[in-house]
Amino acid sequence: MATISADNHGLRLAVRYVVLTLIAVIFIFPLLFMVMSSLKPSDQLLRDTASLRAFLPVGDIGFDNYTDAFSRAPVGLFVFNSVLVTGVTVLLSLFLCSLAAFSFAFLKWKGRDLLLGIIIATLIVPFETIAIPLLLLVSKLPWIGLEGLQFGWLNTYRVQIIPWIADGLTVFLFVQYFKDLPRELIEAARVEGASWWQIYRRVVMPLAGPVLATAAILKFLVMYNQYLWPLIVVQQESYRPVMVGLQYFFQLDTAWGEIMAYLTIITVPVLAFYLVMQRAFISSIASTGVKG
Amino acid sequence: MKMRTTLGAALLATTGWATMAAAQTELSMWYHGAGNPQEAEVLNHIVADFNASQSDWNVVVESFPQESYNDSVVAAALAGNLPDIIDVDGPVMPNWAWSGYLQPLQIDESTIENFLPGPKGYWDGELYSIGLWDAAVALVTRQSILDDLGLRTPTLEEPWTLEEFNAALDAAKESGNFEYALDLGMAWTGEWYPYSFSPFLQSFGGDLVDRDTYQTAEGVLNGEEAMAFGDWWQGLFANDLAPGTSQDPAARETGFQDGKYAFSWNGNWAAMNIMNTFEDTVFLPAPDFGNGPKIGAASWQFGVSSASEHPDGASAFIEFALQDEYLAAFSNAIGLIPPTTSSAQMTENYQDGGPMAVFYDLTEAQAMVRPVTPGYVVQAKVFEKALADIANGADVADTLDAAVDEINADIERNAGYGHTE
Repeated sequence: MATISADNHGLRLAVRYVVLTLIAVIFIFPLLFMVMSSLKPSDQLLRDTASLRAFLPVGDIGFDNYTDAFSRAPVGLFVFNSVLVTGVTVLLSLFLCSLAAFSFAFLKWKGRDLLLGIIIATLIVPFETIAIPLLLLVSKLPWIGLEGLQFGWLNTYRVQIIPWIADGLTVFLFVQYFKDLPRELIEAARVEGASWWQIYRRVVMPLAGPVLATAAILKFLVMYNQYLWPLIVVQQESYRPVMVGLQYFFQLDTAWGEIMAYLTIITVPVLAFYLVMQRAFISSIASTGVKG
Repeated sequence: MKMRTTLGAALLATTGWATMAAAQTELSMWYHGAGNPQEAEVLNHIVADFNASQSDWNVVVESFPQESYNDSVVAAALAGNLPDIIDVDGPVMPNWAWSGYLQPLQIDESTIENFLPGPKGYWDGELYSIGLWDAAVALVTRQSILDDLGLRTPTLEEPWTLEEFNAALDAAKESGNFEYALDLGMAWTGEWYPYSFSPFLQSFGGDLVDRDTYQTAEGVLNGEEAMAFGDWWQGLFANDLAPGTSQDPAARETGFQDGKYAFSWNGNWAAMNIMNTFEDTVFLPAPDFGNGPKIGAASWQFGVSSASEHPDGASAFIEFALQDEYLAAFSNAIGLIPPTTSSAQMTENYQDGGPMAVFYDLTEAQAMVRPVTPGYVVQAKVFEKALADIANGADVADTLDAAVDEINADIERNAGYGHTE
């Protein structure tokens, strides 16, 4: 009996590993295809798509596509712009949205639930429907900078950052997480005479690692993949992000090898960010049931 | 002494340049060629020449990727942020003029008398844009294929008829040497469909819209001739003569060179690659489906935005760019068709006897501009969808009727798009 049970366990384990391996392969293959294709000349790349060679470093391998990609477009500038805009937006978003969520979760004030409901309701509004009104708004907004008072935010970093700092999903994530924290912690801190700011900074946020990671990754992906908004508010190459930059490679004679090289380059920051945050992200998903 | 003189001259030159630059009024220009270094090099050369040639204007170029260029311009127009000079795709120009994004050019029209018709952007009786090149499509094949299949080589004077073309496709299919007889480029979506396929419809006798009034598509997009076109079009796919909408983009790029197709309907921009592969490449004129052989015309053109406070300077730059040497430089750099005979003679590919001279002749003999109406931007998308649906087996009559209804509804919604009877 015991032998049969051990066999069953071994079989189950083997099946599990086979299934997990298959899933891993399915997820890794597109990345593998991208990286391998980036090393091949366009004609070979297209020929290889019909076979497993597409996933192997075979044939005429080299880094020409990378040098050509840098010649065709200011790749470094685009990556810098995207990382800057994304990084600043993520940091500001985590701070402001968590502050708002703290208020919704722990403070009592008139109209709190109604306002939270309205904020969450914004999740169903597609960005495309507000893009034009928002464009008209930011094109006339004032700004005081080094050159004094100016009107219009077009062709700046701030126009790519500020409208995206606060969003319903991030606030919602923080509110849900904060509500699950033991109330006793907050009450104990209040009894000890801590201010709300101290509770936010010293009690709540140190416990908010998983939700911070989740919100950061989700925001990072949204910001790094921005296309429509920078397309309509940025008309200068010096402020263009990576996704708009991708269009540089779609010419009449499309340079597929260079596209794959460009995609490989711009994927690096995303992978690096995810690898740094993955432990907290998985922990958050496991504990809250939130799916990205 | 010599050193002092040299320093003095340098100082004078520097001061002169600085004074000139300070006196010049800046003209902003948007261009669709970001990511195309050869094109950028020619344009920057023209701009540098213009800026150095006079002391009033200084053109500054901002390049955009072509795929998203139109969206950027429309967004900038909404935000009141248009530059002085913009480039515009020929068939889109009437829409931008009608929408108030462009103002008429202030150039001496005798300058463009000898231009091919495609690059001249007229709307409502006024010149709004002018192109430095045109583009053309041809039926690409090899002389050896024609010989093996026992086919007559069609000429501009005597293109294939519908029957001859169908027979050629059947012969290619029956030879068993090809996956498909004809590569239409179905993998390329967007403007390729109306640009390259609407001339088939027009050669049958139909059109996207009635060009007498531009107020309806009734009778032209769903009339007897259009129905005949639709049936023929559907037959290409139903009879496995051409790959349909699911064509692999990779096969479009290299399929002809790989021997998958006997004929390829392709543009002059792809000609050099094919010629480099096969020495016996031939570019055949479009077949005559009953109402004369037709191919599309009009490519990117320069115009002056309505927001420009210096239309005289912007027009001066555009007129400057129309010199033969620049038209030839663009052609040599990116392979497109120069718009005048004299500039064609200055190019490597389009001069008499040049490897691509046939495309100039094709444009001159067969080119037909797409409907000159602001509604074209909608008509093009409706036509693209209708062609894809018919290729995928939709009922021809129902599909064309639905397309007519959609186009007519759009014209009505836009109060006729400002066309005057």
